[in-house]
Amino acid sequence: MKTVVVVGAGPAGIRAVEQLVRAGLRPIWIEESPDGGGRITQRPPAGFKRDAASLYGADSGRAKRLHATLDAMKPRTDWRPDTLVWNIRPEARTLQTLTGGSQQGEIAYDALILCTGAVDRVVPMPGWTMPGVTTLGGAQVALKAQGVGIGMSPVLVGSGPLLILTALQYIKAGAKPALVLDTTPFLQKAWETSGLLWNAPTFLRGVLMDLRLRLSGVPYAEDATPIAIEGDTAVTALRWRDSGWREHVTPCDAVALGWGLKPESQLADLAGVPFDYDTKQQNWVPRRDAAGRTPVPGVFLAGDGAGIGGAEVAELAGARAALALLADAHLPSDAALTNHLDGRLRTEARFRAALDRAFPYPAKLAAKMADEVSVCRCEVISAGELRAAAAAEAPEMNRAKAFSRVGMGRCQGRLCGPPAAAVLADALGVKVDEVGRLRGQPPVKPIPVQ
Amino acid sequence: MTVTRLVDQDRPAIAFTVDGAEIVAKQGDTLLTAMLAGGLTHVRTSEFGDGGRAGFCWMGACQDCWVLVEGSGIRRSCTTLAEPGMRVIRR
Repeated sequence: MKTVVVVGAGPAGIRAVEQLVRAGLRPIWIEESPDGGGRITQRPPAGFKRDAASLYGADSGRAKRLHATLDAMKPRTDWRPDTLVWNIRPEARTLQTLTGGSQQGEIAYDALILCTGAVDRVVPMPGWTMPGVTTLGGAQVALKAQGVGIGMSPVLVGSGPLLILTALQYIKAGAKPALVLDTTPFLQKAWETSGLLWNAPTFLRGVLMDLRLRLSGVPYAEDATPIAIEGDTAVTALRWRDSGWREHVTPCDAVALGWGLKPESQLADLAGVPFDYDTKQQNWVPRRDAAGRTPVPGVFLAGDGAGIGGAEVAELAGARAALALLADAHLPSDAALTNHLDGRLRTEARFRAALDRAFPYPAKLAAKMADEVSVCRCEVISAGELRAAAAAEAPEMNRAKAFSRVGMGRCQGRLCGPPAAAVLADALGVKVDEVGRLRGQPPVKPIPVQ
Repeated sequence: MTVTRLVDQDRPAIAFTVDGAEIVAKQGDTLLTAMLAGGLTHVRTSEFGDGGRAGFCWMGACQDCWVLVEGSGIRRSCTTLAEPGMRVIRR
């Protein structure tokens, strides 16, 4: 095995590199940010003083262990931070990179582990492009990595563990949310309780967090529906409907939106990995076995970029993918650890399945968005224009992209992909997986052209 | 947008300019944080006529916070640290 490249230094990338180094390899390790650590356990830049306990709460032990490994591994690898992999040429087995925003590079690889993470899944609504509106993950990164709040009186909208966690973090920091709006009914969450016992400690943590939010005095609406973010040039209020179909207007100075996560899987796509629609997760997921092997020889996937599992699972999957790579290359790998990881990953998959059922993406809400809503925020293309493309016989997403330009903007469909698919499928009267997915295109993020 | 400094703000002050006007920020701020906490309402203007934008994802995915940094070109303000003397132009 000559050159092994690991892309990403979040929980999956760190644990993958650890196993490769343990086996005597010196991988090239590429990270797009100036430092590694992932999102859930993101480290603030130098100069910030909060300790791990105040930054990561119940995750602080895991964060400290992860960061210690990250720092220990950097000198034992060819560590390349601030470097974007913007293209993969699978036939030539080369990566094209951009370092520091300007320096182009090319790397030949023999094997590749992609640990590319995920981004929030959103539902566009009137006003969502206004300053003051962020993703839930963005609201959390602002607080964790910068010590700022997106507002002093924000409204948090969405569903899932991140919604509650972010609300508690804002309360603690002194920016009490004006409203926490969960689109999921309480009973649906309660119904999935038995499945969530596959990870009892995490489930218990979730229940306690939920209780803390209920006792905090912050208005918490469940089974509710956001209608519009109001304001002219800045956010002034959220208009929404409660479970009894009564309309409310909650004044606020910021709004955060997020319904679970979507894999950042563009590089897997360029590497030639086929995709399948995961109906439980409501995401297109690159094909891989339980160990992270893809049908493309030498390409392995781990972490949320390979299908959403969360930060803890990412650590397990990162180590497991590295062990698979070692075994396939007939290098010594830890058989006992491999068995242990396989068992843990099976159990965690059951927990995740229950979590996905408890906190679904509100595809109907997205599908029925008003014609005038910008489904694509990059190019300001309305849901009506996308529906017109459907009427002009665009039976799938890439054709609809060519007709309407939805997904052709600067984010390349990262944000509009899932809601646009919901709109198109609804307009065509087919299931959402039948309209396909936006294909990844190089460069996966904008790069300067000389 | 009222991006507000809440915690962990005991850091040295630094100064840079946006469209020629001085912004006082703190060491460790990203350009996005520095501009919004420094009182600007937006960091770029949509090319499609629907007003100002102030980022969205804060993690380098949405590309909705681009600014022009003199000497280093177009940068994502959410993943670029503010540095003393930087000259930033909003577009």
